[in-house]
This record gives sequence, structure tokens and C-alpha cells, in this order.
Amino acid sequence: MTAIPYTTDVRPDTGVTNPKLGMWLFLASEVMLFGSLLSAYVLLRSGALTWPDQSAVLSVPLATVNTVILIASSVTMLRAWTALTAGNMRQYRVRMGVTLVLGAVFLAIKTFEYSDKFAHGLGPATDNFLGLYFVLTGVHVLHLAGGMLVNAFLLGPGARMWRSDPRRFTQRVEVAAIYWHFVDAVWLVLFVVLYLL
Amino acid sequence: MMDWLGMPVAASAHAGDVDRLMVLVHWLMLVLFVGWGGFLLYVLVRFRRSAQPVAMHKGMRGSWSTWIEGGILTAEVILLAFFSIPTWSARVDAFPSEQQSTVVRVVAEQYAWNVHYPGPDGLFGRTDLALLGPSNPLGLDRSDPAGRDDITTINQMHFPVDRPVIVHLSSKDMIHSFALPQMRVKQDAIPGLAQPVWFTPTTTGQWEIACSQLCGLGHYRMRGFYTVESTAEYEAWLAEEAAFLLEQ
Amino acid sequence: MRFFKYLVSTDHKVIGLLYAGTSLCFLLIGFALVLVMRWQLAYPGEPVPLVGGLFGVANAPGGIVLPEFYNQLGAMHGTIMVFLGVVPLAVGAFGNYLVPLQVGAHDMAFPRLNLGSYWFYLAGGLVMLASFFVTGGAANNGWTSYAPLSDLAPGHGQTLWLVGMGLIIVSSLLGAINVITTIVQLRAPGLTWFRLPFFVWAQFITSFLLLLAFPALQAAAILQGMDRLVGTSFFLPSGLAVSGQALNVAGGGSALLWQHLFWFLAHPEVYVLILPALGIVAEVIANNTRKPLWGYRSMVYSVFVLGFLSFIVWAHHMFLTGMGTTISAFFQATTMIISIPSVIILSALMLSLYGGSIRFTTPMLFALGFLPMFGIGGLTGLPLGLATTDVPLHDTTYVVGHFHYLVAPGTLFALFAGIYYWFPLATGRMMNDLLGRVHFVGSLVCMNLIFMPMFVQGLAGVNRRLWDGGEQYAHAQSVLSLNVTMSMAAFGLAFFQLFFMVNLFMSLRGGRVVGANPWQATTLEWSTESSVRAYRDPYVYSLPGAAADFVPQDQPAEPS
Ligand code: HEM
Ligand SMILES: [Cu+2]
Ligand SMILES: [Cu+2]
Repeated sequence: MTAIPYTTDVRPDTGVTNPKLGMWLFLASEVMLFGSLLSAYVLLRSGALTWPDQSAVLSVPLATVNTVILIASSVTMLRAWTALTAGNMRQYRVRMGVTLVLGAVFLAIKTFEYSDKFAHGLGPATDNFLGLYFVLTGVHVLHLAGGMLVNAFLLGPGARMWRSDPRRFTQRVEVAAIYWHFVDAVWLVLFVVLYLL
Repeated sequence: MMDWLGMPVAASAHAGDVDRLMVLVHWLMLVLFVGWGGFLLYVLVRFRRSAQPVAMHKGMRGSWSTWIEGGILTAEVILLAFFSIPTWSARVDAFPSEQQSTVVRVVAEQYAWNVHYPGPDGLFGRTDLALLGPSNPLGLDRSDPAGRDDITTINQMHFPVDRPVIVHLSSKDMIHSFALPQMRVKQDAIPGLAQPVWFTPTTTGQWEIACSQLCGLGHYRMRGFYTVESTAEYEAWLAEEAAFLLEQ
Repeated sequence: MRFFKYLVSTDHKVIGLLYAGTSLCFLLIGFALVLVMRWQLAYPGEPVPLVGGLFGVANAPGGIVLPEFYNQLGAMHGTIMVFLGVVPLAVGAFGNYLVPLQVGAHDMAFPRLNLGSYWFYLAGGLVMLASFFVTGGAANNGWTSYAPLSDLAPGHGQTLWLVGMGLIIVSSLLGAINVITTIVQLRAPGLTWFRLPFFVWAQFITSFLLLLAFPALQAAAILQGMDRLVGTSFFLPSGLAVSGQALNVAGGGSALLWQHLFWFLAHPEVYVLILPALGIVAEVIANNTRKPLWGYRSMVYSVFVLGFLSFIVWAHHMFLTGMGTTISAFFQATTMIISIPSVIILSALMLSLYGGSIRFTTPMLFALGFLPMFGIGGLTGLPLGLATTDVPLHDTTYVVGHFHYLVAPGTLFALFAGIYYWFPLATGRMMNDLLGRVHFVGSLVCMNLIFMPMFVQGLAGVNRRLWDGGEQYAHAQSVLSLNVTMSMAAFGLAFFQLFFMVNLFMSLRGGRVVGANPWQATTLEWSTESSVRAYRDPYVYSLPGAAADFVPQDQPAEPS
């Protein structure tokens, strides 16, 4: 079997590799997914007779902390990739490790937020705002967890590729980073829409 | 040339507008289909392999296909701008005044049409979810002064002829669709939304109300009846219903 | 064991054939369901002959189809035909098999993803089928699953429908990413954008529609799943009372939200059903007229416009939900505008016949049959797209006739054309011509006898989705007997599909063995080179002065 071209090489006339294009296409559909959920939010909120004061129901300080954490993790993810482009595997491991830990802290805080809501008898069925809050953040958390799985793979078993095919490995990390930034960006939107507006 | 489509009798004031557009569109469709079909048949015969052993590399010349496409677009714009939009606007933007109309509430449920006339005082009584019961599917509050004289029926509607009718449509459970084929009226009854619809019956007769939106296993039998009659007959029917109400 | 090996192969051809086999099975299942419905419509309340006993007492006591069961059949017929039959065949099978070949690639860009997409599809299909066997049976709220009906539907059928759709959506997304990346990245040297066969363009735009429209249904399915399982009220407005009981939910939701999300997917989805068909027909017509397609570029531009516009017409399915003049005018206008690129493509295909040297091969017959059938489907869309005439026609059998002309004698004919045309590519053998012709003539006649009367009934005001076919209604009486005609024709259609099935299996083993390029075609899928290079436009047929009446795309220019 012949290897599939442009898996690691950039195709000159299109300017991308296959995995990168694939990732951008995937993110386009993700934009539509979150866009649909957000438009459901807009439609339900604008049609509602009453809508709770969002920032009173949710904890803005916790979410602010989480926002800072995710932005930081985006930075470390980016720096993990630049470490690879500089050929520094040790540094990559540290930075990728930090990215993972930051993701885990985000999840921990989110779990605390959820359980705090449940403890106060608030759940998705309470009203449509909380329903949307749980759906939107839940879908986001699933995306984040998926990204963490990929990152863990790239830190653990997947890192073996560094020795056999460093260029391809670096590109994998780059594509994973694009995804990670997207998940981060989605959170920023959710933070504004669900906590602040 | 109106009835070749076999539509139900047109018995409301705006039915003629709907049917005219329907006929025009179908003429357009027919002309296009016959034109294209004729062309297709001609080409298939003329350019069969035995008549045309070697194909022309260049094929058809000229730009008349662009003209046809432009023609279709023009026809569509005319149908849209001069027929469809004005008729639609007359249905949804120009409601008659309630004083000059017969006003009815219709509340759809699986699988019946609950009909609510305001009675002699012209006011609808209060309704409340808590009052729902087998004998009170509308949840009408009879202790409300406005509701004391209200007339309710199930699956039965009466309208006086030549007077606008306003139906305030709603639903208790699923989405239903309130269709009066002879009035050229069809409107979804959507829970949570108030849907007014109006028409002016111009011909007397007895016909059926059909639910047009899948609303469950009994959708096929969600059938009601409506009668368009002279004002005198309509008044008599109201009086009869009012007397019936007093007996209870 | 060998079969198992096929199930895990990442070769695009094997995956394409897996898709083909699976989707043909689903088409058959979807068709079988509708045959039961057609019996019930023609003879309401009479026991279904032969198979009536198989459905179980809960569905069909004494073989008589219950209304609940009829609604299951209807919803699952639509779902299976659209999502598990036609799209997987048109995109999964034809796309997978042909796109890499036609762009001169060795495989799809992401072979393992490709296999994954097949597995998600199969899983989704099996979940859908399994839902027939849970208590309460399969989903029975129409393929549109309008809320609140679907939200509140008892049993697990609707929940499984959501799960099944979720899996199918994932499958489609993976497939779409793969097809687009393959076309963008793996085009052979020399194969510039405007040298792509029209089929590839059709698949390209189709994939974008899948990629960008399906997430809306995914979102909707998540929300509906929450409503059903967790008790949220996204689609449940306040003040609902079901069976005389006030419903105990928070309320505040919107029943129309579901329709918006659903149709935002489902309108582009109808273009997903027809664009690949147009692509197949274009290939077959170019080959069998022995001349280039007329107006290739305008066809490509039209496909782009179609794809774009298909995202802004969705609410023409919702004219009767209480729409003001402005919004209805907008959606009527976009609907009229979108008809123009469709007309351009159809005209180009017809004009391509002019000046040809037409071979009436079996694939060509199906492609030619497609043209007027697709035309009828498109034309009958006009009165449905004008809000005023939609009022009497909405939710009548007229609508059913309209979209079936597009997808049954339309898309299905194109898919048959494709199967007859590319069968030798996959197997090295021809399908039997005589059986193919009988299949075509029989299908053409029966299809029209099934779907033409639907327009007559619809104009008379007969509603769709009626368990008894409208028997109770006075306005249906004059056209009621057509139900029998249509059902007889449906059974006739089943009979003529036997010719196809026999042909398919017989030809696999015993078909006439042919060489590498039996149709003397020009496009790259017929090339036998291991690595190809394109030198010219896709359809160089009957070039004056050329040695043969076709010049393959990969044939080097003659040294002059
Ligand atoms: C070729 C044979 C076919 C026949 C005889 C047939 C017949 C029917 C009939 C009788 C109905 C039910 C109408 C009603 O309940 O009032 C129906 C519904 C439907 N069909 Fe088909 N059909 C065929 C093929 C297809 C194909 C190929 C597709 C899609 C690609 C399709 C998509 C649908 C859909 C979406 C519905 C609506 C289901 C619903 O009511 O929710 N059909 N068909
Ligand atoms: Cu109903
Ligand atoms: Cu549409």
C-alpha cells in the first residue's frame, strides 16, 4: 500500500496538510453544533416570560477562576508545541503535563459547581435556564475531556512517535492544540453568555 | 378553467384568490413540463445512435436556455409579488374587527376540537388548567360572570354566512392543524402559542374539520364538523345551545 | 473469516461496497415497511395477507395494522429511507468508492476514520431496527419527530431514534470530513478544480451540507433527549395538559424550536439526497451521449449556489405555524430563487443530449428516466413554496407525491443508473441488459402509478399520515379508490425489483466478463495506471480529429 500523500507534507497549492484541514472542517461542524445550542438559548430566552438572574444563580467567581485556568492551559499547550518545534522533548513533557493538570483542575471546579447546584435542589429540570446551562456546559465538558484524552495520549504512549517521526509528531501536537484552543474559545463564549449576560 | 385541479368547493371570500394562484402555478408547471418533455422526446429520437452515429463535440449553441431560465424566474417573481404575498398579507395583516365578526375559540387536544363561543355577552369566560375535567375540557370557569353564558361544543362549529369569522386557535397538548378545506383555511394549533385565523364563508353548507398534523395514534380520526348557514339559522342554533345550557 | 476481514478493512473500495450492501438492505427494509402501509391504506382494517401474523399482537392483532403501528411504520420508513438507505448509498457507497478514484487518489485521506464512519452508520442502523422490538415499538412520530408529540411519546422507541440519529450524524460528519479532505488534498497532478468530474463536485458540496447542517439536528437530539430522560422543558411550553391532566414540568419551552432546528438540517438534507444523484446522472449522460456535458461550468456554479441557498429556505416547511408577511415573503423568495440553479442544472443535463450519439444502455435509461421524474418533483415544489398555495396543500398527499418524485423515481433511479454503470468497475463483469431493461420499464410505470395519484388526492384535500387513508372524510370519497391503484402499483414495483435483485446476484458470479474500460469512458476511475496524472477536462468525447471517440483524462497529449 502506498502512503497517503500530504499527511505530513504541506500540499503546495492548498497550503495545508490533510490532518490540519480535517481538523478545521471538524471545528466548522463544531461551530454549527454550539451555534445551534446557543441559538436555542437565544430563542428560549427571548420567548420566556421570566428568566432568572443568571449571575445570581451561578457562581461567577468560580467561573472566572475556571476561565483563567483554561486560558492558561491554552498558553501552555501552545508552548508545548513550540518546545517541540525547538526540538526540546523534555520541555514539551513538562508543558503538556501542566496543560493536562490545568484541564483537570477545570473539571474539578466544574464538578464542584454541578454538585453544589444539585445540593441546593437545582437541576436541569428546574427551569430552562438551568437546563441550558447543564446542556451547554455538559457538552463543553465532554469536549474538554475528549481533548484531555488526546493530550494524555500525546504525552504518554503517543510520544513514542517523537523518536520514529518527530515531524509528524509535532504536527499531531499542533492539530491537538488547534482543537484545544477551540474548546477554550467555546468556554469564553459560554462564560459570557451563561454567567455574565 | 378553475376546477380542473379537483379541489374542494371554494366557499370562502378569499378561496378564489388561493385557487387562482393554484391554477396559474399549475399552468406554468404544465407548460414547462410539456416543453421540456417535448424537447426530451425530440432529442432522444433525433440523436439516437443510429440517426447520429458521431456526436457533435460542441453540442447545442446559442443562449436561449438562459432566456428560458430568465423567463421562469420572471414568472416566479410575478406569482410571488402579485399573487402570493398580497393574498398572504390579507390573511395575516388585515384582521377584521372583532365587533363585526363571529369570534370563536378552538382548543385542540388529542383527538378532538373543543369549541368555545362567547355567548350573548360577547365575552369569553376565564379558563384555568385546574378546572380541566372530563365534562369541562376547556377548563372554563362558569363562576366568572363572562363565562356564565359561554357556549361550548366538541367537534361542532356553526358560522353565519357572509360575516367574517375569527378563530382563536390553540392547543392543550400536541401540535395539531386546523383545516377547513372548503374555506381554504389551514393553521397549525401549537401549544404555547395563540394563533388567530380568519375567513369569510360565502356559501352555506355542511363540511368537515380535518386535523392535518400528525398528533398521535388517533390523528386519522380527529375530525370535526362545521356548518355555514344563514344568520337566522345560526341565531336559532345559538339559542338552542343557550337553552340547553340553562337546563343543566 | 474472509467476511470479517472485509469488516475491518480500511480500503475505500471495500468500505464503499460495505456501505452499498448495507444501504441496499436498508432500502429494502424501508420499502417492505411501506408495502405494509400501502396494504393498510388500500384496505383499511383488513388483515395484512401472508405476513400479517408476524408483527405480534401489540402491533397487529389478527394481522390488522393498529394506528400506533401504522405510525411506527411511517416514521421508520421515512427515517430508514432517508438516513439509512439513500444517503449512505449515495454518499457512503458511491462517494467512497468513486471519489478517490475520480480524483486519482489511492485511498481516502483518512482511511481509519472512513472505517469508523461505516461502523457508526451500522451501529445507528442497528439501533433503529432494534427499536421495533422494545415495548411500545419504534418511534411513531413521523420522520420529523415534531415536539411535543415526540417529547412525550411513551416507551423507548423515540429515545432509541434519538440515539440512532446521533450515531448516524457522527458517521456522516466523519464521512464528510474525509470526502472534502480527499477532494481538496488528494487530487492527482494536473487535476485542477475545473477538471473534476461533475460527480466529484456534487459530492463536495453534499459533504459540506452534511458537515454544516447535521450539527443542528445533533443539538436538537441532545435537547430532546434531555426532555425525555431528565425532564427538562426545552420543547414543552407552559400550561400543557395531556389526556386531561396538567403536565408536571417546568414549562417555558418552545414547540417551534424543534421545527427550526430540524428543518435547518432537513432542508439541506434534501439536497444531500439529490445532488449525488445529479452527479451520477451527469456522468452517465456524458458517457452515453459521447459528448461533453453542456454548460459544465454553469452546473458547477449552480451547485455552489444551491448548497449555499439550501441553508436559508428551511422555514418554507413552516408556513402554517403562524408566520407574518415579512418572514413568509423572505422564505418564499429564497425558495423561488433556489429553484433557478436547479433549473439550470436540469436544463444543462437535457441540453447535453442535444447533438449526442445516444446509446440507450440500461444505466442511460435510468438516467433518462430520472430527468422528467426529477422535473415533476421540482415543479410540484412551486405551489408548495408559495405560502398561499401551500395552505390547501400542506400536509396532504400532494407533499408526499412531490418529495417522492424527487427521491424515488428521482434519486433512486439515479442510484440504479450508477449501480448498472459502475458495476463492471467493481466486479469486472456487466449486469444483464435484458433484466435491467425490464427493471427499468416496470419501475418507471409503477412509480408513476404510485405517486401521480397522490397529487390528485392532495388537491382534493386528503391529508397524509392517515391510518385509514382518509376513508372517513367526505371530501376524500371521490378519490379514495386511487388508494387501491397506488397500492397495486407498489406491489408491482416490488415485483419489478426482483429483476434487479436476481440480476445483481447472478451478475456477481455469471455476468459477462469485460475489460478495464467497458463503457469507453474518460474519467479517471477507469484508469488502470497505478499513479495517474490528468491532462485534460473530464469529458473529452468525440473530439474532431482524435483517434477514438473518447480521450481519457490521463492519456498524455500526443507528441506533435
Ligand atoms: C419507492 C418506493 C416508495 C414508496 C412506495 C413510498 C411510499 C410512501 C408512503 C405511502 C408514505 C406515507 C404517506 C403517509 O403516511 O400518508 C411515505 C412517506 C415517506 N417516504 Fe416514502 N416511499 C418510497 C420511497 C421513499 C424513498 C426512497 C424515500 C427517501 C429517500 C422516502 C421518504 C419518505 C418520507 C421522508 C416519508 C414521510 C414519512 C413521515 O410521514 O414521517 N420514501 N412513502
Ligand atoms: Cu390532531
Ligand atoms: Cu425544504
